[in-house]
Amino acid sequence: MTGIQFRPRRILIYTVLVLAAAFFLMPIFMVVITAFKNPADINLETVWSLPNPIDLQGFAEAVNAFLPNLRNSFILVVPATILSALMGSMNGYVLSKWKFRGANIIFPLMLFGMFIPYQSILIPLFQFLNSIGLYGGIPGLIVAHVVYGLPITTLIFRNYYAEVPTEMVEAGSIDGAGFFGIYRHIMFPISLPGFVVVIIWQFTQIWNEFLFAVTLTSTDNQPITVQLSQLAGGEAVKWNLPMAGALLAALPTLLVYILLGQYFIRGLLAGSVKG
Amino acid sequence: MTVARTQQPSRPPHRRRRLNRDRITAILMLLPSILLLAIFVYGFIGQTVYTSLTDWSGLSLNPEINFIGLKNYNDLFTGLLDVRFRQDLVNTFFFTIFFLAGCLGLGLLLAVLLDQNIKGEGIFRTIFLFPMALSFIVTGTMWRWLFNPGGGVNRLPGVIGLQPLELRWLTDRTQILQFNWQDLPGIILLVVAAVLAWMAYRRWQRGRRNAARVTGGIAVVLALFVLLGGGKAIPTTALPETHGFNLAFIGIIIAAVWQQSGYTMAMYLAGLRGVPEELREAARVDGCNELQVYRHIVLPLLQPITLSAMIILGHISLKIFDLVFAMAGADNATTDVPGILMYLTSFRANQFAKGAAIAVVMLIMVAFVIVPYLYTTLRSEHEL
Repeated sequence: MTGIQFRPRRILIYTVLVLAAAFFLMPIFMVVITAFKNPADINLETVWSLPNPIDLQGFAEAVNAFLPNLRNSFILVVPATILSALMGSMNGYVLSKWKFRGANIIFPLMLFGMFIPYQSILIPLFQFLNSIGLYGGIPGLIVAHVVYGLPITTLIFRNYYAEVPTEMVEAGSIDGAGFFGIYRHIMFPISLPGFVVVIIWQFTQIWNEFLFAVTLTSTDNQPITVQLSQLAGGEAVKWNLPMAGALLAALPTLLVYILLGQYFIRGLLAGSVKG
Repeated sequence: MTVARTQQPSRPPHRRRRLNRDRITAILMLLPSILLLAIFVYGFIGQTVYTSLTDWSGLSLNPEINFIGLKNYNDLFTGLLDVRFRQDLVNTFFFTIFFLAGCLGLGLLLAVLLDQNIKGEGIFRTIFLFPMALSFIVTGTMWRWLFNPGGGVNRLPGVIGLQPLELRWLTDRTQILQFNWQDLPGIILLVVAAVLAWMAYRRWQRGRRNAARVTGGIAVVLALFVLLGGGKAIPTTALPETHGFNLAFIGIIIAAVWQQSGYTMAMYLAGLRGVPEELREAARVDGCNELQVYRHIVLPLLQPITLSAMIILGHISLKIFDLVFAMAGADNATTDVPGILMYLTSFRANQFAKGAAIAVVMLIMVAFVIVPYLYTTLRSEHEL
């Protein structure tokens, strides 16, 4: 393999890769330099130049404007993620280790729920939440995200538990452990990687979600995605504000991705069912 | 099942009872999720379908709701007022084609390049995949600014001293690839005929002569039907109506490809890593150069991945909503899609029945893609 690195073919490959990397990083670069510019400095001639001087006031303004929505997003994401992960884990355990007659029909029917366009359930969901008094608030949004998160969390845990040898379960059963005993002492303790995958996945999905957020919440309870879409909506906007907002909205999921990327990719590939 | 159990005398009776109790517990623990999904997915879909068959509109507390059959659907596909929905379908069609082509092409290119013993592969992979962690709203906000007429992309050539571009991107009103909506039934039938003709050809090659004759016969009949003017006999809009590909979508397609091609890259890369090195080595020994190794050995092995990626990405593009909302706004008719029109119709104009009908059309489109996919993937899993 020595010497291969300097052949023209290698140079071409690296050139294309670096250009592609520039394409992927360009929007982030633009967001960062615009977010820290003084609005007066944002004009045609200087769109691509670095902020000079760095203007922290606009950014502080954005933080203030987005803080309530960031809080709403966290209040929404944490319970919804935990609940859907716990329920998915139990479902996956049942569907992988306690298969019953009809499970092969029920499982695909459950999975179908993660592919539907949510517009097709939105009007009844809106009516239902309204009728039980949860429309407009964050609890209603949590309900929606837990229920519609069940298919993917169930799928990931089912595939994860399917890898656990049946002998382990049988050993537990011989030791006198029942349904819950096997879950608590055998399955749950080895589920940590599965939980990491599911929690990262749900956290990202719910944090980023927009359709439920924009239709089911009132102004005070809107998550960050809704606020961001409204801020960027006007035509004559000071662009440093939406860019700072985009940065704030992207930061939590981006951090999770950078720190725990391997688990994120596993969740991503699990979404294509085969896992 | 119980018969099989009683044939095992070695198992003590109390353990058998225990096992049966555990089985019931297991089903009981799954039951809440089953019930929730039964109601929230299937029950609600049923309710949406019913709503789409009524004339429900307005926000009054006790609206008078009448059953009107398929009128809403008829209006959507042929009614004068719902021309926007038909353009939305056309938009979705073109968006899906270009979005898929972009993601598959770029994803495959990046995966193949990363498969060449690249230094810093991990860093490149991280960079290509990070947009997947972002919200469509964040992506849309960023690219909206980049595609602003006075924004970043148009000024990009200026960075290296060239003339800035003068493209209008999201505000472009040009439409290309135009066709008359009234010709659509004929076009669809011709496409079906072409697919059938191709199937007949394949069957003929495999020696299934009779099956080939039947399929080929149907293809010829369909084609003749259209060529003799039969397509016009199918009722559509009363007046000729022009639809086509709106160039304003180019920017949205670029943003969508930017966000999602990391996903196809990851899938292809996983597939490439699964191709045994011996297979490539054998091909090289047979005299294939690198390019031929990929064309004849590696790419055919990646076909199932391409199909999965097309289905997953295809169903995303059929229900696309947030990205367009954030990039072009909900009120921009040029860049409208069914997802946005459903939202506006139901939650701004309070025409719930028509909104429900749009939602059902979206559901049917997605189901066409997803149901066969779920069926085949899960069936092959059970066979293993």
